[in-house]
Amino acid sequence: MKDTVTDVISFEQIEELIEWVNKIHGFDFSGYSRASLKRRITRIMQLQQLSMYELKSLLVNNAAFFEEFLIEVTVNVTEMFRDPSFFRGVREKVLPYLSSFQRIKVWNAGCSTGEELYSFAILLDQENLYNRSFLYGTDINRNVLNTAKKGIYNLKLMKQYSENYMLSGASGSLSDYYVAKYDAATIVNNLRKNILFSVHNLVSDGVFNEFQLISCRNVMIYFDVELQSKVINLFYESLCPLGFLCLGSKESLRSTELSKKFKVIDRAENIYQKIG
Amino acid sequence: MTEQKIFIRKLVEPGNLTKNRFKEAKVVVIGCSAGGFTLVFDIISKLPKNFPLPVIVVIHRSRKHKSSIEEILNTKSKAMVKVASEKDQLKKGNVYFAPSDYHLLLEPDGSLTLDSSEPVMFSRPSIDVTFQSVADVYNEQVIAILLSGANSDGAEGICYIHQKNGFTVIQNPDSAEVRTMPEAAINRCNADLILTNLEIFSFMETLSATINLAS
Repeated sequence: MKDTVTDVISFEQIEELIEWVNKIHGFDFSGYSRASLKRRITRIMQLQQLSMYELKSLLVNNAAFFEEFLIEVTVNVTEMFRDPSFFRGVREKVLPYLSSFQRIKVWNAGCSTGEELYSFAILLDQENLYNRSFLYGTDINRNVLNTAKKGIYNLKLMKQYSENYMLSGASGSLSDYYVAKYDAATIVNNLRKNILFSVHNLVSDGVFNEFQLISCRNVMIYFDVELQSKVINLFYESLCPLGFLCLGSKESLRSTELSKKFKVIDRAENIYQKIG
Repeated sequence: MTEQKIFIRKLVEPGNLTKNRFKEAKVVVIGCSAGGFTLVFDIISKLPKNFPLPVIVVIHRSRKHKSSIEEILNTKSKAMVKVASEKDQLKKGNVYFAPSDYHLLLEPDGSLTLDSSEPVMFSRPSIDVTFQSVADVYNEQVIAILLSGANSDGAEGICYIHQKNGFTVIQNPDSAEVRTMPEAAINRCNADLILTNLEIFSFMETLSATINLAS
């Protein structure tokens, strides 16, 4: 007879942990995908060989561990110019509009390590809009924001990013925007002067500025329907009239009632404009 | 009746416990990579009418090329075939393909989640990821089929399903175009069945007939 595996952490225990984390750290994960949480927490417990009890006590007693836990349970995978056709869409359909604004404020929500925000900065620079733009990158996680602020990436990754960059229809070369040294690529200072990274939690924090463009891609796929509408409402409130909202390639506004207040700019790339 | 069909039929004869495992199943998951594409295409386009379970398919494919396999299959097959969208609720008789560049996860409420985390075994979508996620929700009520492929993604996933007492089928490496994937799985755990391509078609028919007869 074969052995049956027992789960490292069951769905019931996930619920317990969500409640626990909310009580102790004020982070509410109740709107997050259980399948994703289970997968991520299982991985932490396996890697560090933790029992449920040990995981709980680390979460209570060790503040540094909680930051680590936050990184591990949230997905921080990002690229420069990920989905090149999306950036092409922004360049062709959004930037001509944006250029009519005197000040262009961009919010990249759930920016992780910053690659997407720097991609937007490059896009704006190429259309000579950067000097009147200001870009905010926010995430719930301090550690990824520190990486974003440094703007130093593995040089090896730049090969893939350059390919994305070319496919997005950008002119020149991505290497105009970074300095290569040893095996690191550092984003040039000129591109960083109008950028601010800071902590913001989409679940619990509110409007903090008015924006002409908000990009939040591959973040809400992990949220349940209720939390998705709440966050889209936050974006709606944060956009100026005729401001733009960019979602991930598999995300859309179709199912929310707020969709009536947005116009579709690019169906395939999920780019919307606030009209209501 | 062909030899294959007799072989498969034996599984659901009175007294054979496999029959009950079929009847209690909630989902069929299929994984494949290099060389498995045509077979998946045939399995789905030949899917019997009123197939009694939802089917999830994970194939490795490049994000650089748009493919329209789901659209073609949707017109060819009797089943509804689509690229999985986030929050899709699994329905019996429907076929869901994992989109390129995302992992596909199953929620406890039977809805699908797309996940953009790191590739696993150089693959996104990864077969392991989906198989494990589906087994975490439905445990022994999973029927998994692993086909031809050029890496060992899927081996861990199908063995996880096996450990959870799900029903596991692996394509016979001799009839697979690329044998690495099925072979890796066979080396790792004892699947319930190792089938040739023809046997896989009869398996799907038998599965469908057994469940539909019981309900």
